[in-house]
Amino acid sequence: MSGMPDMLESGQDLVLRAEHISVEYAGPRPTRAVRDVTIELRRGEVLGIAGESGCGKSTLAYALTRMLRPPAELTGGSITFFPADGPPVDVLALDGENLRAFRWNKIAMVFQSAMNALNPVTSVARQFDDIFDAHRPDMDHHSRGRRARELLDMVGIDPARINGFAHELSGGMRQRVMIAMALALEPEIVIMDEPTTALDVVVQREILDEIERLREDLGFSVIFITHDLSLLLEVSDRLAVMYAGEVVEHAPSEAVGTAPAHPYTLGLLRSFPDMRSARRELRGVPGNPPDLRDEFAGCPFAPRCEYQFEPCGTTHPVLRSPAGRLLVDDPALVSGWRVACHLHDQRYRPAGPPDELAAVPGAHPDPAADGGAVDSSAAAGAPVAADNPVAADAPVAVDNPVTADSAGGEQ
Amino acid sequence: MSVLDVRNLTVEFGQRGGSKLRAVDNLSFALREGQTLALVGESGSGKSTVVRALAQLVKRTSGEILLDGAPAGRRGQALRAYRHRVQLVFQDPFASLNPMHTIRHHLIRPLQLRRDHPRGEALEQAIHELLRSVNLTPPEEIARKHPHELSGGQRQRVAIARALATDPDVLLADEPVSMLDVSIRLEILNLLDRLKQDRNLAMLYVTHDLATARHFSSEIMVMYRGEIVEHGPSDEVILRPSHPYTQILAGSAPDPTVSREALTAARRARQAARASRDAERREASADAGCRFRSRCPLAMDVCATHPPDLPVAPDHLARCWLLSDEAEPAGAGTDGAQSPRRAPP
Repeated sequence: MSGMPDMLESGQDLVLRAEHISVEYAGPRPTRAVRDVTIELRRGEVLGIAGESGCGKSTLAYALTRMLRPPAELTGGSITFFPADGPPVDVLALDGENLRAFRWNKIAMVFQSAMNALNPVTSVARQFDDIFDAHRPDMDHHSRGRRARELLDMVGIDPARINGFAHELSGGMRQRVMIAMALALEPEIVIMDEPTTALDVVVQREILDEIERLREDLGFSVIFITHDLSLLLEVSDRLAVMYAGEVVEHAPSEAVGTAPAHPYTLGLLRSFPDMRSARRELRGVPGNPPDLRDEFAGCPFAPRCEYQFEPCGTTHPVLRSPAGRLLVDDPALVSGWRVACHLHDQRYRPAGPPDELAAVPGAHPDPAADGGAVDSSAAAGAPVAADNPVAADAPVAVDNPVTADSAGGEQ
Repeated sequence: MSVLDVRNLTVEFGQRGGSKLRAVDNLSFALREGQTLALVGESGSGKSTVVRALAQLVKRTSGEILLDGAPAGRRGQALRAYRHRVQLVFQDPFASLNPMHTIRHHLIRPLQLRRDHPRGEALEQAIHELLRSVNLTPPEEIARKHPHELSGGQRQRVAIARALATDPDVLLADEPVSMLDVSIRLEILNLLDRLKQDRNLAMLYVTHDLATARHFSSEIMVMYRGEIVEHGPSDEVILRPSHPYTQILAGSAPDPTVSREALTAARRARQAARASRDAERREASADAGCRFRSRCPLAMDVCATHPPDLPVAPDHLARCWLLSDEAEPAGAGTDGAQSPRRAPP
């Protein structure tokens, strides 16, 4: 089908590109935790990574920051960092002093269960000192203290707490300290691995507000990892849904909440009851994820998929533009949409995917804006027609009565 | 009708230094046949202590628990009889099953305590029936396994089967899905809901998740620092919250249906509200007055006095002075909270 099925978007202002990343945990039968994953982080955006436990989200984060330790091993792929100033950096080629200078300076991380990530036996001040010792050895005692207090103040903690210990802080405050530490060296990328999972909703909301404000002020890019898809739809610009070590859908967050293309994404969305809308039948995704030590002949999600048909058991689906969707008015937003599912492959499903995975009538509140946008996006997509979902949609739409209807209805 | 009546339940814990910590303060509510009551609140609000007091795993300081109108047995045979009828599902299925024993063993123990003392073939049948009732099939195979051979969702099903073994009338579910993967949470909640209907159970569903609370229960109680601050029909409490704390809780849950612009505007408003409250009020501990006063965007002078339960509607109460006719709201609605509706005159 498309010439480069796993290439996402070129020509965007990227800050990080990781291509064909594979990670294995060594053993008699190695666990292939991350399988040929390609992601791109645009400058200033929040990229969400969603999926259930054991799907490889955290392993991927550790691979991106070169923090994997045996038995985990990066077995393939390339990672390129594009600094705001200076030439691209091949992250996998870094070693020794260069790697140390890259980590935390350029890419920092807020760890999972940050509740426990602070050292309980040294003060917060000492832990800030550790960062400056390693990365800013020239900084004198006074400016370190000043900078640490500045950072605490920035994340909304009383700077007087600087000499406090972790146990004297609430869960939310510890999380804020972790964020302050991640931002200490003004990195261009911050990876947040389940930063709010252990917190209750009100504190979670405060932390998310804080992250958003800091991002506005400092302009860093974020990779936000969580199992909570409804949260991710709200905080991220684009998201990647992972299943069994693979990305099964790349999508713009704003649209995917109402128009998922992959059955697993749809299942995840159906796992959260909506707080405010009418009650409806809810079912989640029955079944268990597969053993990552196995090789999958076909689609790894097939055994749990209610749409399973012939090719799913034998042919591994590759990422492609989703078929039959004419819904988003912003070509830049929709241009990276990819889904790994045979339902979107015309060779297997000439009629296109079922309605709930196809297009979304009335996705945009303003029909006039919708109509105009489809034209302009088609034009913009012309040079890379094969790779552009909007352009590729046009012929499909004729085959798909739902899309044709909804498009007609909107215009 | 109500199966379990709880009246003025108070639980205090001793602390070093003498003063007592009142974890649960004067709670009254009822669990009814075939209905679910949800208890929601943040961590540390006292939800689990309520469950433990109802299961009589911690001693209540004062208050009454009535099972079918009769006071709950507190010791010996009477306590055992009470526990037969009031069972518990814990939060963590990884910790609540013994790793040394098979699933069969976990189910046999409560079954042997049953009045009819099933043995031999009848016992095996009872085990299989229990496993089938929580959709664990084939039961023969599952019964032979150890907990580590099962997934988190399967373990929680075993924990539920174990709770059902004594054929209880009341099921207390303390955060039954919060340790499970998102994709399987609904399966477990749907299972609990079906069991509740099939067996006419009175259920207490403790959670911090407002969305599932609304979806799976008929009534919701909101707990804040040991007190119930709002209690009413679930749609009323979630869609039209009256207490400022419930409003903030409801406003904090992620809502993917809201537009970007609205989200940004809401965030700015929240941050402005937070910044405008002076630090002293934010930190102040409210011991005498309303416990939410220090965090309340609508706090007034009267809030230094402890508020009573005031009616929002006939079956909907909130513990907030804003519902009183004498009090006038002070500031404008900030932090996502608005002046609550008043009871119709």
